Amino acid sequence: MKTGSNRYDVCVIGAGVCGANIARRLSAYELDVALVDKEADVSFGTSKANSGIVHGGFHHNKKYLKARLELQGMMMFDRLQQELDFPFKRCGIVVAALHEDEMRAIEQLYMQGVDNGVIGIEMCSRERMLELEPKLNPDTLGGLWVPGGGIVEPYRFVFALVESARKNGVEIMTGFKVEHAARAGDEWTVRAADGRVVKARYVVNAAGLYADEVSRAFGAEEFEIKPRKGEYYLLDRLTKAKPERVIFPVPTSVSKGMLVIPTVEGTVLIGPTAEAVDDKADLATTREQLEKILSSARAMVPSVSEYDVITSFAGLRPTLEEDFYIEPSAKAPALIQVAGIQSPGLTASPAIGEYVKDLLKKEGLRLSEKSDYDPFVGKRPHVKDLTPYEVDKLAQADPAYANMICRCEKVSEAEIVQAIRAGHTTLDGIKYFTRAQMGRCQGGFCTYKIIKIIMRETGLSWDEITKNGDGSRILKDAL
Amino acid sequence: MKDLTFDSVVIGGGAAGMAAALELDRAGFSCAIVEREEALGGILTQCIHNGFGLIEFNEELSGPEFAERIEERLAGTGITSFTGATVMELDASGDIKTLYCYTGAHGVMRLSARVVVLAMGCRERNRGNIRIPGDRPAGVYTAGLAQRLVNIEGFVPGKDVVIIGSGDIGLIMARRMSWIGCKVHAVVEILPYPSGLTRNIVQCLHDFGIPLYLSHLTTNIVGRERVEGVEITPIENGATRYDKAFTIPCDTVLLSVGLVPENELSKMAGVELNPMTNGPVADSMLMTNVPGVFACGNVLHVHDLVDYVVEEARRAGAHAARWLKGERPKAEARVKAGPNVRYCAPSRVDLHAANKLYMRTLIVKNDATLEVKVNNRVVKSVKKNHIQPSEMIAVELGPKDLEFAVGAPDPVVELSIS
Repeated sequence: MKTGSNRYDVCVIGAGVCGANIARRLSAYELDVALVDKEADVSFGTSKANSGIVHGGFHHNKKYLKARLELQGMMMFDRLQQELDFPFKRCGIVVAALHEDEMRAIEQLYMQGVDNGVIGIEMCSRERMLELEPKLNPDTLGGLWVPGGGIVEPYRFVFALVESARKNGVEIMTGFKVEHAARAGDEWTVRAADGRVVKARYVVNAAGLYADEVSRAFGAEEFEIKPRKGEYYLLDRLTKAKPERVIFPVPTSVSKGMLVIPTVEGTVLIGPTAEAVDDKADLATTREQLEKILSSARAMVPSVSEYDVITSFAGLRPTLEEDFYIEPSAKAPALIQVAGIQSPGLTASPAIGEYVKDLLKKEGLRLSEKSDYDPFVGKRPHVKDLTPYEVDKLAQADPAYANMICRCEKVSEAEIVQAIRAGHTTLDGIKYFTRAQMGRCQGGFCTYKIIKIIMRETGLSWDEITKNGDGSRILKDAL
Repeated sequence: MKDLTFDSVVIGGGAAGMAAALELDRAGFSCAIVEREEALGGILTQCIHNGFGLIEFNEELSGPEFAERIEERLAGTGITSFTGATVMELDASGDIKTLYCYTGAHGVMRLSARVVVLAMGCRERNRGNIRIPGDRPAGVYTAGLAQRLVNIEGFVPGKDVVIIGSGDIGLIMARRMSWIGCKVHAVVEILPYPSGLTRNIVQCLHDFGIPLYLSHLTTNIVGRERVEGVEITPIENGATRYDKAFTIPCDTVLLSVGLVPENELSKMAGVELNPMTNGPVADSMLMTNVPGVFACGNVLHVHDLVDYVVEEARRAGAHAARWLKGERPKAEARVKAGPNVRYCAPSRVDLHAANKLYMRTLIVKNDATLEVKVNNRVVKSVKKNHIQPSEMIAVELGPKDLEFAVGAPDPVVELSIS
């Protein structure tokens, strides 16, 4: 790792799932890499609020780059999980047809899936569907079964990628909002709003919703990222509506529709809606859309109940055109554009890392493998997943493992401290890292405890504690 | 792993848990209290206002004083208290129940007991539960979290406050926030009447000139990073009048929108819950469907006054002690919530003993009548000057009231309000 210099071989702008995969992939080579993001923590944009699906490879025709990257990416998760220890499970995907005409669409999807080489894809009768997923509406007529599809906790995936990248020498800079870029000689000078400067020979624009603004700052292609909002409800882990598989409806022309998703960590997610909005910071949920989610989810899983709702939230898809836009800029030298990465972006992201690495090589970046590259990050114990005996053993070495902070999601003080030491010092960062505040009480009992632990571990004062960055201070005064 | 055996274990060291433990100890049974916070007293420790103890101590005490008075009674008893200890696993399937408690001080402890008393209290409903749409900024807290931050941690969560819901904690916090120099702009209640006690409406809102918007729905929270305002919409004749919505600027939203008994451990133990109370279905001994597992206080049903919690918990503790001695009710009747009654707890009465029931009504009414029917025969009729859903009603039924039920197949006691 380099110190004291601000010169890099590659600067990756945007620490979402694409930027994190790209930076981590590059960290296997003898390169100085910087990963910068404008938010207070990594994964705070589109990557924090999405369906968390590893798609099955049947939704898109392989004439599209996104379909090819999806098919390649979906196969990479098992190995990544072994290396990075993030929550991921191949629980399988069912697509349910509730009307006769939907069966024709199912057949289309099946044929596309077979053509794409999807392993194990099946057309299913009603009986087979209900056997695969007993929570389905008994009126289901039939559907599609894709055993290789799965679920992932998207922010935990990004956190693990970033941790691995950092371990292999990548420098992470948060709160770095790219405002200006200039090229002199063979080097870009990238300036942030707060005056910090990064110099790099190559730049990757993986800025998600803001990729258009970053492109403009580099004098590269003019395009416009249009946010498309998706709203969700999260249901308590004790809900009767928890399915075993991800349940998709038959897709529409604009989206894959509203799903019922058993999350890896045991809660249930329903959504998303799909609504074009003008504002890239508009994460508000709305009454109308939320009503749609409930009725749509109930059509597939009748036991979905509004009484099980523990929270609602929204995310924004960075839409550009039908396909992903991943290319070297034709206008700005040594700039790779990674834009318009909407669904299946999460699934494709490991393959995007690979693809961008190859593009950089074609653009002249010399890749020589690091002899000391270590793809593994240390496994962290989660009290939630351990037996009392295992917890007792851990507590002998560190008593904080048996001091419970979040009762709903079973998170110990030791896990909160690890999150803080891994650089997550906002309440939301700690929430995504540990799940504390994510359960049924939504932080009602543990927020004050977490505030005190942050203050103790970081030395921050009460007025520096935020939800997710500067403007979101939690406390207004002290008595 | 530390392995300890007691006759009984009480989960929760608030007013209910301590009161139940005291009765078990008095009857000569060994008893441990397991409390997840660092101190006993439960939520009372952050309720620094007064109004507690009028029934139990015949004087007006603050929450911490009330808790201290009960805690003082533990001195000199054989009760063992574990604080900072969270019960994470509860296996109540056998005669001997096993509890795994995670503690910062002693690692994991395994406790074994023949009786478990559930006294975990309740939690606040939150924004997600009532599905308020809008932005998700900092500055949205439950009233109880705000109370903890102000009264114990010494932090002010916000300066310009709107309180959603007129539950008691919200009303108390309206006054508390006013006292520390914050401006409380409104209390917003969806129902046409307040959810909190009348005395709190007077002392916490009227005395401070805080407007109470009844029949108003919160339709939006505005603010990207920190709360900037709350949109509220009047409800007129059952219709939400979106055309009349207006926004109150503020930097903080406190939610006081109801309490839910914390029964996740009960569910783990196989305890059957009553969907009306979200608490266990309890028999005349306040025992759940799982033999040897008792419940009392706010985990059984949400009470309005801690004095009633203590009274009920004392009965639960005494019943648990009797159960340990082998006493069982000879005959019970099922209790049914009749017209205008939301629920009654417990769900059964002992035909040969003095029973005390708590109930809540669904209506607001002056000069109401509470009627008790045993197998469709009116056995008791009580006049009530005023009833409302926020105030619990106590009913006492003795063997004399229940004599028609003796010997009848599946006897039913129905409580109704008219």
